[in-house]
Amino acid sequence: MSKAILELRNVKTIVNKGTSNETTILKGINLTINEGDFITIVGTNGAGKSTLFNVIGGNLPADEGTILHNGKDITHESEEDRTSFLARVFQDPKLGTAPRMTVAENMLLATKRGEKRHLVMRKLKQNMARFTKLAATMNNGLEDRMTTATGALSGGQRQALSFLMATLKRPDILLLDEHTAALDPHTSLNLLHATNERITKDHLTALMITHHLEDALTYGNRLIVLKDGQIKADLNAAEKEKLTTDQLYTYFED
Amino acid sequence: MNLIVSSIGQGLLWALLGLGLYLTFRILDFCDMTVEGTFPLGAATAAAAIAHGMNPLLATLLAIVVGMIAGLITGLLYTKGKIPSLLAGILTMTAIYSVNLRIMGKSNVSLLGHNTLFSGDFMRSLPQYFDTVTMGMIVIAVVTILMMLFLATDYGQAFIATGDNTTMAKSLGIHTDKMINMGLMVSNGMVGLCGALVAQSNGYADVNMGIGTIVIALASIIIGEVAFGELTLNQRLVAVTLGSIIYRLILLAVLQLGFSANDLNLISSIVLAICMMIPQFEKVVNIRKPILKGVRPHE
Repeated sequence: MSKAILELRNVKTIVNKGTSNETTILKGINLTINEGDFITIVGTNGAGKSTLFNVIGGNLPADEGTILHNGKDITHESEEDRTSFLARVFQDPKLGTAPRMTVAENMLLATKRGEKRHLVMRKLKQNMARFTKLAATMNNGLEDRMTTATGALSGGQRQALSFLMATLKRPDILLLDEHTAALDPHTSLNLLHATNERITKDHLTALMITHHLEDALTYGNRLIVLKDGQIKADLNAAEKEKLTTDQLYTYFED
Repeated sequence: MNLIVSSIGQGLLWALLGLGLYLTFRILDFCDMTVEGTFPLGAATAAAAIAHGMNPLLATLLAIVVGMIAGLITGLLYTKGKIPSLLAGILTMTAIYSVNLRIMGKSNVSLLGHNTLFSGDFMRSLPQYFDTVTMGMIVIAVVTILMMLFLATDYGQAFIATGDNTTMAKSLGIHTDKMINMGLMVSNGMVGLCGALVAQSNGYADVNMGIGTIVIALASIIIGEVAFGELTLNQRLVAVTLGSIIYRLILLAVLQLGFSANDLNLISSIVLAICMMIPQFEKVVNIRKPILKGVRPHE
């Protein structure tokens, strides 16, 4: 049995507390994420997928329950502190990169994810060759735009860069929040392939939210269906292998 | 000729204000009104300290520290108090007005007969107005080089990222609130220094000398950007100083047309308004974003 990296125990999240709009989004999530898990997460709008990521990432507090990282309680650790072991790629290409900084500068920022930054010279030139080589692995011409401000990149290149930045310094957990949803089908497929290759090759532990049931079945080695703030199904690799999109679809019904 | 030298000297001294505001307005994307109070605060602190017999260099350093405290207060109001950036600055700025009166004990303090940074033997040996030019060049060179070095460090890059994309900065573990507080402190420290130098150059500090300073600072930044176009970050810092000098020369030209010194704030605003409208036509600089951000609450 592989090691548990992250555990959620009976995690509940309530929004608009104390008002008439008070809603419980996560209704007691119990989830153990093991080393090497590549979990795809599906669920309807409002099922709590993004909230789950925000609670894991620390942007939203868990109102009840505990979150453990390698056995250590991190329920009240800040978003910034959690980045030492956790990396995210957002759905919106604008959120993942600094638009006025160059591709290389963005990558340099990401090499220090979760670390204290000091008053020492940044060493951009010394890292250039390594960054360019990494950018070339994305197969979308990013390596030719290393000194371009990221604001001038296409959405696909920006998301590829965000993904690279998230994995530049190996995270214990990688959160992918529909990171290809804003891209055209071809670009999206390209990035998904690159994502899958990197995660499988480096044995990264990752959670990927997707709205495409085929993608949820094609990628990853574990599948979770969220419904109404609860985990409706948690399928391992073998069960996932046998599942068809039609069967998966039935989880969304009733 | 004398008038032109004087304008260049003023441009150099006041460029500090533009450089200070550049850190917040351009890099942090934070419209900081505090400077309108920090500038006379620096002047009042240095002038009152010198009038009480303090060494002018120590008095100037004291003005920097006091300016940094003012910046920290605005920063805390914004990051911890969740007050919108524009309002946080206005609150501090308004409060400083009373503080300045307390520091000086009256509405102005004269430095006549006291030793200042401009009264050393070397400064006295220079031709008229060249003392300001010399002082301005030394201070601007040191400050600009320090800023260039700072922005090229790991810490400086994290600072730039905070202003450029706060969400991303946080997701990389950068403590953005600390960065904003630090930026406001450094920026207002520079503005305090500027106030202290201008007071010593003029020979007095006045409680009303802060009126219009934010417009002057913005004018330096915007004129530099409009005049020189696409530049690297380091070049932009130099452009601020050049913009500040150009602004003084524009004022000089306008005053030569027969306007009085009482019209200065009107002219300053018109000059800035015109400069800010040029990019509207050219679509070179997007100025709307930081200003809109200033009236929205902190996320």
